[in-house]
Order: sequence, then structure tokens, then C-alpha cells
Amino acid sequence: MISLDKLATGSSAKVISVEGGTNLKDRLHNLGVKEGMVVKKITGSSWRGPVVVTMGRTQVALGVGMASKVMVEPVEKSIDHSR
Amino acid sequence: MKTLLIGNPNVGKSVIFSRLTGVKVIASNYPGTTVEFKKGFMRFFNIKAEIIDVPGTYSLKATSKAEEVAVKIVEDADLIINVIDATNLERNLYLTLELIRKVNKPIIVVLNMWDETKHLGIEIDVVKLQELLGIPVVATCGLTGEGISQLVYNINEAKQSPLKYSKEPLWNEIGDIVETTQKLYHRHHTFLDVLQDLSIKPPFSFIIGLGVISASFFIMRSIGEGLINYIFDPFFQNIYNPLILQLSEFLRQGSFFHTVFIGNLVEGAVDYSQSFGLLTTGLYVPLVMVLPYVFSFYFILSLLEDWGYLPRLAVLADRLFHRLGLHGYAIIPMILGLGCNVPGALAVRLFEEKREKFIAATLMAIAVPCMAQTAMIIGVLGRFGSQYVFVVFFVLFCILQILGNVMNKFVKGQSPEILIEIPPYRIPHLRSIFKKLWMRISWFLKEAIPLVLVGILFINVLYFFKVIDFFANIFAPIVTNLWGLPKEVIGALIVGFLRKDVAVGMLRPLSLSLKQLIVGATILSIYFPCAATFVVLMKELGIKDMAKSVLIMISTTVVAGFILNMILSLLGV
Repeated sequence: MISLDKLATGSSAKVISVEGGTNLKDRLHNLGVKEGMVVKKITGSSWRGPVVVTMGRTQVALGVGMASKVMVEPVEKSIDHSR
Repeated sequence: MKTLLIGNPNVGKSVIFSRLTGVKVIASNYPGTTVEFKKGFMRFFNIKAEIIDVPGTYSLKATSKAEEVAVKIVEDADLIINVIDATNLERNLYLTLELIRKVNKPIIVVLNMWDETKHLGIEIDVVKLQELLGIPVVATCGLTGEGISQLVYNINEAKQSPLKYSKEPLWNEIGDIVETTQKLYHRHHTFLDVLQDLSIKPPFSFIIGLGVISASFFIMRSIGEGLINYIFDPFFQNIYNPLILQLSEFLRQGSFFHTVFIGNLVEGAVDYSQSFGLLTTGLYVPLVMVLPYVFSFYFILSLLEDWGYLPRLAVLADRLFHRLGLHGYAIIPMILGLGCNVPGALAVRLFEEKREKFIAATLMAIAVPCMAQTAMIIGVLGRFGSQYVFVVFFVLFCILQILGNVMNKFVKGQSPEILIEIPPYRIPHLRSIFKKLWMRISWFLKEAIPLVLVGILFINVLYFFKVIDFFANIFAPIVTNLWGLPKEVIGALIVGFLRKDVAVGMLRPLSLSLKQLIVGATILSIYFPCAATFVVLMKELGIKDMAKSVLIMISTTVVAGFILNMILSLLGV
């Protein structure tokens, strides 16, 4: 299990938990970054910009600090038709 | 009857709202907050319903001020129209299920962007969805209008769902509903998909970003100059001018009415940018020099907005804005400020934290010149060569960076990180672009022209009563010694409190050198916002922060003017 910011770019992972206050948890939850969701990391912190992840039809950009609070478990992603 | 349009951001609520409502639409603030919502009226059958467009919200569990307001408005509603993005069923249904569970009011669901589901290989069984939710579902395409009449016809069918929902975690229910009602078909990646991916991934994202920005400037300049040179200016010179000359003869040069309406003749003829009469400069500045650029700017902005590029630009700009104590989304108030500082100041509401609001508002007011100003800067500096216009912008950009870095170090508080949804690319519909354009231009004409006229009248009165001379003498030491400008520039600074375009225009008759024009144009941009912006900023920041902001503005102006003057002198400009 690693934090989202450390996940390799281009790989997919399942969200295990979101550390941090309720407000952060709720906001991420609302956008779709929630426990059980499989996200694919599109851009990494290699350029120190925000982390962009895709979940189904939704794409979200979040700051590196926030990404470091999202704990994920890498998975083998099947073919994604929607994006 | 109070009807609500509620749904996630980016689902096309606004388009549905404009299709349902008539001409009478009011935008207002929810009492006690800075959150805006729109209210309009709709007639169906014999009922006149009030329709409220609620700020986009992801859930009833409010995580921001906008969402809190949405929740409060829901409590007052009689009927709820839940607008959903059909291409993102899973995420959107969360709010729907919350509404069904927690709100005891009749609901009808609108599956918007229905046309896109076909392009994306998504098939949704609407009847089944209706069954599973227990409330009516109507498929629509806001942009083309398909399904809207069906929506209106079925509004009375809105009801409270008779189905019982267990206390199970919501997401499982949603997953089940989506699986039963939605089928995905494989489709090949389109060009738009590829572009979407590239717009986010470095290094392509930067190339695309630069490309978009350069193209925007180029198109904006071409349309602006084109309109001025081929339509507006010829009209003024060939059709309007003869009429004015006749009026000039009639009113006799030097008389009171002549001075008020026509202004001073320059070498026996009317100089539309210098004469300063209500019917001459008063109309020429806003209609010929500024309006073409306002049109072209907002045309480009509407294209970028509707296409969906702005959030991606925010991602690109994020790192840059971190150094200023902000995050990427701050690019929105800055871009809006380029059109007019008033919407730029209003956009500062996007920020929840006081620190972000303060930094963003101050930086925008100081370093971002509005289109009225920019158009005039182009008009005044253009004859020396358009590269000098870029020099002014470059100087403003440097001030933005330096001041932002300083503020980041010294302003107390926390600035949160970026957290935004990036919507898919959508092909902009020209009709909605022109509708937006029309709204923005009529707003400009209604607001700007009266203020320009007042500004001109005001400055003429001040000159007449020697008030300008009085202030010019007081501030002469700063103006002449530090900035290298003639003390008459004070007149421009005073008018600049009211309108920036008239102020820049006042630099013309002063016969300034290139160096002085650059310094003058820069100073007029940064020293103080125009009256309209000042009022909005006061409301957004509160008196204490506004005072701090003004202090920063004034000190930055004095220092920056001096340094710029020195550097330009050293460079031999």
C-alpha cells in the first residue's frame, strides 16, 4: 500500500483510505476519490504539478499534498472503454 | 411555485435553465453569503413557476459555501429538477439518491447531454432507470433543445420516490443501478480523446498551452484590429465625423456647449482621441477603441470556456501560482480580469480561504489590466511598434511575480491546494457562444459608456476649476522626479479612479516620449482599481483587508514606477 503521489504514473490502483480531516475526505469523496474506487494516475509529480487521476468518466486534479494522504493498492487494470 | 435546478457542476444546468426561463432572469446573492444563484420564471400550463439555478453541488453533505447554500435553497423548494450528466451516471447518481432519501419533495431527473452518450458508446435504459429510482426521468440535450418540451410536459409528474432505501452504503446501490441500466460499447479513440490526454501530460501539455495562448492572442488582436480598421473607424471618420463638424460650426468653437459636446479642436479639426467632448472622445473611446477588443476577447474566452480548456490551463499554471501563494485555479480570476476587473474581483469568491482571497484580489487589481485599458494601451503605444505593448505586459507580469512572491512570504495564513474536476472536451456550440457574447457586450455598453461620459465631463469640470493643477503641484515631486513624467499626468490618474480607458487616453495630448508612455501606461494599470472594481473588492475583502490592499497598491506603484523609469533610462529608451 502506498500513497497516491508515489504511485507510478500510468498505473491503476484501488483507493484504500483517505487520511486527514473530514472536510478533505468529503471533498475527495464528492469528486469520486473514495474507498473502493479504482483510479488511474495520468500525470505524476515528476513535474511537480498536481496529480491527475481518472476514474471511469471523471477526471480530477489534486495537489501533491492531498495526493500524499490518499492510500492506494496497485491493481491490474482491465481495458477501460469509457476514456 | 418554487422549482430548483440542482446537479453536479459541468452538467449543463445553465443551458437548461436558459431554455426553461424567459427573458426576466436575475442573478443574486444568497442572503449573507457571496454565493450567487440565478432566478428566472417559467410558464407551464397555467402556473407561473419560479426557477432557481442552484450552484453546482456534488452532494448534500456541504463541503463548501456554495454547497451549503444549495442545501438551504433545497429546503425552500416545492419541486426539484435534478440535472444529471448522462455520460457520467455513476458519479451523478450520488446526489440523486441523496435527494431521494433525504428530501421529502417531488423530484424529476433530467438526463442531460444525451447526444453525447451516443458518441461515447453509452446506452442507457431510461425506462429501467425510472423504475429503479421511482421518479420520472427525461433525456435531454440542452444545447439543441431536444427533450426540453418533454421535460416541461412532464414536470407535473415529479414525485417523491415511493421506493424504500435501506441504510446500505450508497455506492453499492449506485453500482447496481448503473450496471442494470447502462451498457458500454467499445469505441475507437477519437481525436478529441487523444487531445484530452495530451493536454494534461507534460511535455505536450505545455506545448498545447503555449499554442492555445498564442493563438488566442493572435486571434484576439486580428479580430480587434480588423473591427477597428475596417468597420468602426471608417464609420466614425466617414459618416459620423461630417455630422460632428456641422454641429461644431453650429455651436461655435469656444462656447460652453461646444466644449461640453465637442471638446477642443486640435488644429482646426476634431481629434477623436484628444478633443474630450461628450460626443467625440466620449463615444469614440468606448465604441471604436475599446468595444472591438471587448468583443474579440470575450469571443475567445467563451470558446475556451465552452470547449473546457480552462481547468486544464489551471493544472498547467498550478506550479506557477504556488509561488504566489495561490493555486492553479487562480488563473480564472486573472483571465476574467483581463476582460474586466469586476468579474475578476467577483471570481475571487471561488476561494474559501481569506488568505487566498486577499492575495488573488490584490494581485489581480494590480497586475491585470482590463480590456478597456489594454485596448487603449494598444491604441496609444501601437504607433511606436506593437512590441512595446508586449513590454508593458511583460512589466506587469514581472510585477505579478515579484509582488506575489513577497505576499506569499509575508501574508499570514494557509493556502490550500488545487482540487478540481477536469470536464471532458466538448465541441462549443456557436449559438451559446454568441448568446454569451451578446450578454457580455450589452453589459459593457450599458455600464461603460455612461461611465466614460461621466469621466469626461468630470475631468473637464476639474480642469475648469483648476483642481487638476492643484493636485498636480502637490504630487509633482513623485511624478516628475521618481517616475519621470510631467505633472499633468495627475489628471490621468484622477480620471483613472473612474475609468481606465479614458485615463490612458489622456496620455496622448501630453506628447510623451516612448519611455514615458511605457511608465505612464504601467502606472495607470497598477496604482488603483477603477471605481466599479473598488466597490466589489470592498465587499469581497472587507474594510481592513481592502485598506491593506490599497496600501500595497500605492507603495508598489511608487516603487515600480521609479525602478521602471530607471531601467528604461539605463537602456536608453
